[in-house]
Amino acid sequence: MNFGFSISPSSHIMMDDVSRKRFDALKKTEPDIAICMSCGSCTATCTAGANAEVSLRRMILMLQRGKDDEALAMASRCLLCGKCYLVCPRGINTRHVLLSISKCLGHDEDI
Amino acid sequence: MMKTFDIFVIPFVVGMVFVLMFCLAALGRVILQMPHSDRRRLLVSLVTPQTFLRNIRDIFCDCLLHVKIWKRNPVLGFMHSAIAFGWFMIIVIGHIEVFVLQPFNDYNLSFAQDLGSKLYLPIFFRFFSPEAVSPTAKTLAFLMDFFLALILCGILTAFLKKIKSTIVGVKRITKFGFADSVIRIALWTIFPFRLAAETTQLMVFWWLYSLDLCLFMFLLPFTRYMHIPSEMLLILLRNAGIKSKSPRQGFALAEMYSCPGCGLCIDACPMSVDDEKSGMTSVYFIRNLRKNDPEKMREMAEVCLMCGKCVSVCPVAIQSCDLKMNLRKNESENLISDLSYLNKVDISENICEKGEKVLFFAGCMTHLTPRIIKSMKKIFEKAGERYEIMDSEGGICCGRPMLLAGKTDAAQAVIAKNTEMIRKSGARKLVVSCPICYRVFKEEYQLEDIEIQHHSQYIDEIISKGKLKLSRTKSRIVYHDPCELGRPFGIYDEPRHVVESCGVLVEAAQNRNMSVCCGGSLGSITMSKDKRDAVTDSSLANLMANHPDEIATACPLCLKTFAKKTDIQVNDIAELVAENCS
Repeated sequence: MNFGFSISPSSHIMMDDVSRKRFDALKKTEPDIAICMSCGSCTATCTAGANAEVSLRRMILMLQRGKDDEALAMASRCLLCGKCYLVCPRGINTRHVLLSISKCLGHDEDI
Repeated sequence: MMKTFDIFVIPFVVGMVFVLMFCLAALGRVILQMPHSDRRRLLVSLVTPQTFLRNIRDIFCDCLLHVKIWKRNPVLGFMHSAIAFGWFMIIVIGHIEVFVLQPFNDYNLSFAQDLGSKLYLPIFFRFFSPEAVSPTAKTLAFLMDFFLALILCGILTAFLKKIKSTIVGVKRITKFGFADSVIRIALWTIFPFRLAAETTQLMVFWWLYSLDLCLFMFLLPFTRYMHIPSEMLLILLRNAGIKSKSPRQGFALAEMYSCPGCGLCIDACPMSVDDEKSGMTSVYFIRNLRKNDPEKMREMAEVCLMCGKCVSVCPVAIQSCDLKMNLRKNESENLISDLSYLNKVDISENICEKGEKVLFFAGCMTHLTPRIIKSMKKIFEKAGERYEIMDSEGGICCGRPMLLAGKTDAAQAVIAKNTEMIRKSGARKLVVSCPICYRVFKEEYQLEDIEIQHHSQYIDEIISKGKLKLSRTKSRIVYHDPCELGRPFGIYDEPRHVVESCGVLVEAAQNRNMSVCCGGSLGSITMSKDKRDAVTDSSLANLMANHPDEIATACPLCLKTFAKKTDIQVNDIAELVAENCS
């Protein structure tokens, strides 16, 4: 029956169910990720982002919500060109954040 | 009858044998660790007359006379060549005395005794043959005394340098560990002991002289003085065209051994604005490489701005940036990369009409400074040049930032994509406005039949062809040499010509190959913002030495970095030209 509307699947994340271990490990090597204010300047300038789904702002959000695999997939598309570093109003060393995401999350056995 | 043996020579002989064996083993390690193709290359270069002659010249000029250090600072040059050349001459003349004068040839020595004595007789000649009788012997004895005096003058200079390093034009000197400090004392005392022994002929001084040499030789392999034998090998390897492929093996091992720890790179390094960070400079990096301390090696390799200034001041020309890159590669090589989306990027077939049009690649950094693109468009139009912009719709990165981060395989994918697009465009000339892109296009891309120009070269060329009419202002402009443009390619004059045709060129305190990195470099992976800001401030202070009215640079990244930190106008040379062309 068509009611003219549908119910989208819940985007609710149960923080009790996700493991933030890898995020915490990342935060240790990269404390900068805690100061991101999600302004999206990085996403707006991203060279790779013009052709593929890459957004540092979203990556950091995903990590906070335990969506590690999605974040890692996004980080693997980065070209490391450094534009996001130049526009970041918080002065986050974005290239290092991106490398660290690949390094910390890419090796499951380490955790 | 003269003696040919005394027990005091034993320490020297033991030390000498030890050092020779160690060097032989080290040589074997270097050669065996190199890839087969490099070994072949070395062999070919050793039998080619041209490289053979160049080897001899380089060994003589660099290892003995230290010509490069003379050019830098005469006092420092004198110190090095007095000790190195003086010592070399003492050894040579010592052997001439033994083999030409042959005072010991009347004795019937067994073969073993003869061979053994040949090792120490030239060193302790005065003990076994104190009186010089013949005119030849007297001349040789005089020469020996002369060179000994020369060495002593060199050591005196070294001692003064230790007390006050500014007399040799050096602000910061290397901090040494225990072994390095001990061997330095050993080196400084060898020759005074020799002088005392030869003058007084007292056994105690002969013993001290021999023991001191023994101590020096036992410490040599584990300290910076390993550069004395190793530098010769490094020259042979370099002239054979070999480059390091790993951070610690083969050629890299020869480079590690060859670092004399002189610390000239400390003053040169832009990070040295901060005393704490001066401990991150190449001399300490190589020390940690020798110690094989993985944590520190990685930290130092990742913080480096890769400006290449340490390489350009290094008297031994150790390519420390290459070593750091090799280390980064080992760290990041296996990181996951998914660049399949590059297929979506494309360019129209033969957009440049078989070379009729110039292809302009702006690159990521120029896209952040659209005023440069605007200026370049104006310049192309005013000069009546037909052009196409390769990445007007965004495009992709050139690949150098990935190389700098150690992701070589991923970088090769980007390079392959760009190469394909450039070939497809049908361009014969590619103009790049960013030195970072220019470097990777020149060094990594296979584009032999396409002329690649940095926009400073291109603008200089069209100005000299008379295609642009410029009006000169009276503004005093200082030009900042970008690291990726100046030191690797020597492009210093073209941008200066361009600046001169727009205004009055003034020079910075340190310029050309001594130019100071702006601090924005993509070379550093880990440097924090405040440390970068300190580098930017010192670079700006260097530029402001002659009170210019504005700053010009040829790199969008330098431009962006400076503009954040200074009140005076910062322009790219393209903007200067666009403003002043009628």
